[in-house]
Amino acid sequence: MQEFLQYFFSGMTNGAIYGVIALGFSMLYRSTDLINFSHGEFVMIGALTMVTLTMGFRIPVLPAIIMTTICVAFLGLLFERLAIRTVRRPEPIVLIIITVGASIFLRGTAMLIWGKDAYAMPSFTPHPPIDIAGARLLMQSIWIITISVLIAGSLHFFYKKTLAGKAMHACAINKQAAWLVGIPFKVMILLAFGISTGMGGVAGTIIAPITMPAYDMGTMLGLKGFCAAMLGGLGSLWGSVLGGFLLGILEALGVGFISSGLKDAMAFLLLLLVLYFRPGGIISAVSVKRF
Amino acid sequence: MRKPDKHTIACILFAAGAAAVGLMTDDAYYLQVLIFIGINTLLALSLNLLMGYAGQISLGHAAFYGIGAYTTAVLSATYGFSPWLALPAAIVMAMAVAYIVGRPTLRLTGYYLGMGTLGFGMIVSIVFREWHSVTGGASGFVGIPPLEIAGFAFDTDRSYYFLVWAVVLFFFLLSRRIIDSRVGRALRAIHDGEHAASAMGIDTARMKLHIFILSATMASLAGFLYAHQVYFISPETFGFMASIKIVTMVVIGGMASIWGSLFGATLLTILPEWLHAFADYEMMVYGLILMLVMIFLPQGLTRGIIDLYESSRKKHDQ
Repeated sequence: MQEFLQYFFSGMTNGAIYGVIALGFSMLYRSTDLINFSHGEFVMIGALTMVTLTMGFRIPVLPAIIMTTICVAFLGLLFERLAIRTVRRPEPIVLIIITVGASIFLRGTAMLIWGKDAYAMPSFTPHPPIDIAGARLLMQSIWIITISVLIAGSLHFFYKKTLAGKAMHACAINKQAAWLVGIPFKVMILLAFGISTGMGGVAGTIIAPITMPAYDMGTMLGLKGFCAAMLGGLGSLWGSVLGGFLLGILEALGVGFISSGLKDAMAFLLLLLVLYFRPGGIISAVSVKRF
Repeated sequence: MRKPDKHTIACILFAAGAAAVGLMTDDAYYLQVLIFIGINTLLALSLNLLMGYAGQISLGHAAFYGIGAYTTAVLSATYGFSPWLALPAAIVMAMAVAYIVGRPTLRLTGYYLGMGTLGFGMIVSIVFREWHSVTGGASGFVGIPPLEIAGFAFDTDRSYYFLVWAVVLFFFLLSRRIIDSRVGRALRAIHDGEHAASAMGIDTARMKLHIFILSATMASLAGFLYAHQVYFISPETFGFMASIKIVTMVVIGGMASIWGSLFGATLLTILPEWLHAFADYEMMVYGLILMLVMIFLPQGLTRGIIDLYESSRKKHDQ
């Protein structure tokens, strides 16, 4: 039981991060029909910026998170404006290669700025781990889970209650109809990119203390976040969060009770299972059209 | 006798050119690069049949490349079989995996097919990395023997160069035959519209599976050639980035073009060699080039340059 609880906690922690990354994929896909393969690199940049701000400039945690998020979101805006919008023939395969190119470019740039070494960063608050039925729950895990749920909640609020959110939702349903009622969908796409990459940045900041951030951490995180999004249903907000937690927990249990070799494979096994049996994701009521 | 068509002539010229290059190049480094260009051309061609002609995206093609390399490595180095026995084993292995994976995966389309093949590719590369007892794990597999036939060993760069390019030439001819046949027309019909193709009486599911298996076989053969050239293989060579690189070769060279595969493979093999001069900037420049080509010349360099040339000539005429 104690062992199970320990794996469960670590699964929840990783799951919360996968959830936030999955949210980034999902909301971008929803508004632009695009899968951004460089999303993981924005998470990496978020984590490394966080390290620089807190360790290098001694900025307190909360302002550092906000500053990092703004920086990464701004990078996302630049990416949309300079690369995605200038594409002459926006077909899936072309966009896939462009975002992969961006991911290599960002990784190379990060390597130049931060070097090849991994960094270490202390937890947000220096509180000792909490003991629950013999299992240790890190304070940072509580921070990660809280912040993730907060992000998902505010995104929900954004879509349901704000004018910009409703406009973006309208774009997601039908771009031309949205344009007809006066919604500037180009601005909406730009905004969607900003929010999506900004969320990637936040994921980076909260993960920084529990991994050793390095320039090459982004690809795997991005792919796993993507698997989580598919698991819950690409484009669905709470589905992505749920998919993230599910992936995190199954991964932790797989590593704990079966084999550590399963750690990275679990996400992709689940991805294949979902694609074969329920391509709309586990919580979608109807089976989606497979394009 | 039938008059030889344009493609046959092109192939003969190409064979003569390749032979001349092989005989005239003495530098071991250049021969090595040329061998890798040959292997990459085979990979690009295999994916081009699937992606360019049949219109099915695969983001996990390096898995088959790896299956070819690891099957021959394990059989010839660990169990001491002759590589020529390992070759059919590698091919059968790739065909079997392609059949099992292809059946459910090829039902998907668009982004979803991309994701399915990506997941498959990742799982295979994780297996290479984690199955220590068989594959040597992350540190790689050492001690693959050179190829040998009737006492003649392909252990010099020049002999291997001729072997690789002979295989490439064979598949150039084979691909052209397939593309010009009934099967090829069926594949292009699937590319243009799957429903329309099946309405015309094409068994689309079977056709896609067949081309997927052929493509996997070619990739596995490329893996076989790679393993017996470098004698050492490690999982990164067959990971996600490798799959992406093959896709890039096809797209940059030009989809649905046999010579485009050659061009794309040549460019993407030489480019990193040039970029070594940039040292730490290598990755950044590579990513940038990839993005710029796709943004401005989405049909690939071959088509893109021809288009640019034609439009500039039109302007000139006016």
